[in-house]
Amino acid sequence: MNLPGPSATEEACASSSAPLLERPPAPRLPPVLDVNGLRKSYRTPDGDTKLVVAVDRFTLAAGAQLGLKGSSGSGKTTFLNLIAGIVKSDAGSILLNGVELTELPESKRDRLRATTLGCVYQSFNLLQGYTCLDNVLLAMSFGAGRDRAFATALLGRVGLSHRLDYYPRQLSIGQQQRVAVARALANRPKLVLADEPTGNLDATLAAETLALLREACAEQNAALLLVSHDRDILAQFEHVAEFKQLNHPANS
Amino acid sequence: MAILIIVYKSMRFHVVSTLVSAVAIALAGGLLMSVWTVQEEANRVFTGVTGGFDAVLGARSSKLQLVLNSIFHLEDSPGNISAADVDVIRHNPNVEIGLPIAVGDNYKGYRLVGTLFDELLRVEYTPGHHYEVEPPGRPLIDGQYEAVAGSFAARELGLKIGDKFHPFHGLTYDETKQHAETYVITGILAPTGTPSDRVIWIPLSGVQKMSGHDPRVATDASAVLVKLKASNPMSGFQLDLLYNRRGNKLTFAWPIGAILAKLFDKIAWFDRILTFVSYLVVVVATASILASIYNSMNERRREIAILRALGAGRTTVFGAIVVESAAIGAVGMVIGFVIYAAIVVVASHIIRAQTGVVIDPAKFHPVMIVAPAGIVALAALVGIFPAVKAYRTDVASGLTPLS
Repeated sequence: MNLPGPSATEEACASSSAPLLERPPAPRLPPVLDVNGLRKSYRTPDGDTKLVVAVDRFTLAAGAQLGLKGSSGSGKTTFLNLIAGIVKSDAGSILLNGVELTELPESKRDRLRATTLGCVYQSFNLLQGYTCLDNVLLAMSFGAGRDRAFATALLGRVGLSHRLDYYPRQLSIGQQQRVAVARALANRPKLVLADEPTGNLDATLAAETLALLREACAEQNAALLLVSHDRDILAQFEHVAEFKQLNHPANS
Repeated sequence: MAILIIVYKSMRFHVVSTLVSAVAIALAGGLLMSVWTVQEEANRVFTGVTGGFDAVLGARSSKLQLVLNSIFHLEDSPGNISAADVDVIRHNPNVEIGLPIAVGDNYKGYRLVGTLFDELLRVEYTPGHHYEVEPPGRPLIDGQYEAVAGSFAARELGLKIGDKFHPFHGLTYDETKQHAETYVITGILAPTGTPSDRVIWIPLSGVQKMSGHDPRVATDASAVLVKLKASNPMSGFQLDLLYNRRGNKLTFAWPIGAILAKLFDKIAWFDRILTFVSYLVVVVATASILASIYNSMNERRREIAILRALGAGRTTVFGAIVVESAAIGAVGMVIGFVIYAAIVVVASHIIRAQTGVVIDPAKFHPVMIVAPAGIVALAALVGIFPAVKAYRTDVASGLTPLS
């Protein structure tokens, strides 16, 4: 069900007050993410299949930042997990940085996730047994390789130079999420996926963390796809799309 | 290597359960290795200890009792052997040395053994090594109230050259049974690693004529330690035939090593049970690794999901659990060697104190390789169960904290 015309993203963006998603100036880069005809359903306890994700087309340009608005249970986390290769799609195509994710075996998807993607979660998902520095270094060891200088620089960038050897439990929640931001950028990813990254933070901290995340992604030339239901957060983005306009599980 | 970092961090993060499991492994591994080596060493050393003698001639009794009494200085003497019989065996053409000994007294629990000391010094307790008195001591002189202490007895009793002591009657120490005689220490016997180290040697006539001993048996001996002539390989058989088959008055215990080996054969079932129990302990300890990791799998579920989300493959998280399990086994075995050393040092001290036989605690035994390797392999094997759980962890649900 590939719709002709502009992509869903562009449609979504057109509906908001923001201008159409800007393509970067020449040379024209291929999109970092290009999703086509993506389908994912789950088996319910009753034995029925429930279609959760039915996204016909979605693209994100290299270096672009998009806020994706979606309510709980709308399938947006599954959508992000599909892009991350954590969940396997039933049908469709996901071109991540030019690589067809859906055709890769799991081990290759793991590797692609490590080298191409960074993730920031609502619940931070830091490893409790690791210091800030070790959290970042471990992420590197699955991707580009351990680079202590860059890890230190990243933690410095998020304002945690003085907390390198602290364990997550010794940090405030705002600081913990900043470690997660640094970790997401550890392997110089092409795309950062953020799933309600400010959901556990108060309004002031949320705004600060979001600004930091956006700046850091821009500095590292990483595209940012951020999912949130928080209007204040989404208002920070030039480009916002509604997930329910992208995703049509009911009529597929 | 990411997997080693993951294992190290996980062991540190779960440090208490890691250590508890490692100590369980250490105790089990230490026990297994010490049971094994003490058995093997005891068997090897005891059946090899002859004091340099081939046989013992004594009153009619069991051969084992004769050997334990005369060579190991344990057990009671089964009876006496007359001066005439002593003479006969000493002058038998098959006998190189026939050393009469007389027992029946002690000093503070350490046995006094009367003998012809000059002849004892002719004996090689092990090829190339004679019994000798450590300088500056000198051998006791026959007919005098003089004594030479074995090295272990001297050390335990604090006896030095020139010290005087009164013997006590009987083989066990009873302070009310003091003899009137006063003996003087003229020397300390150089350590031999044989039961001779834990007795005090005095002249044969000293025991025979000790005040209060029955004067009617004043010429008897308790036994004769026999060193056969090497020139006649049939000498042992001939004497065995003479005393045991044809005679019925005396017992000729020969060969000493075989008699001890028979004893060890009889108690072999006990060894086997002990070994079996220590294997069981190892299994239980290994199961404790399994239990501790498996029980923590719920809390590890999120950790594993995070690792997977960061790009770790299923095989990496599987491997990390197996390696962690094996590493707990390995840490345990490192501590296990300390426990092993402690057990063997104590055991060898007890064996030495009780029998005079020296077991070398530092002696290498193949079990020191086989047991650690086996236990680490077993730990890795049980690690597979939780590792399969790690392998199957659903990343998407693991990333979302349970609320």
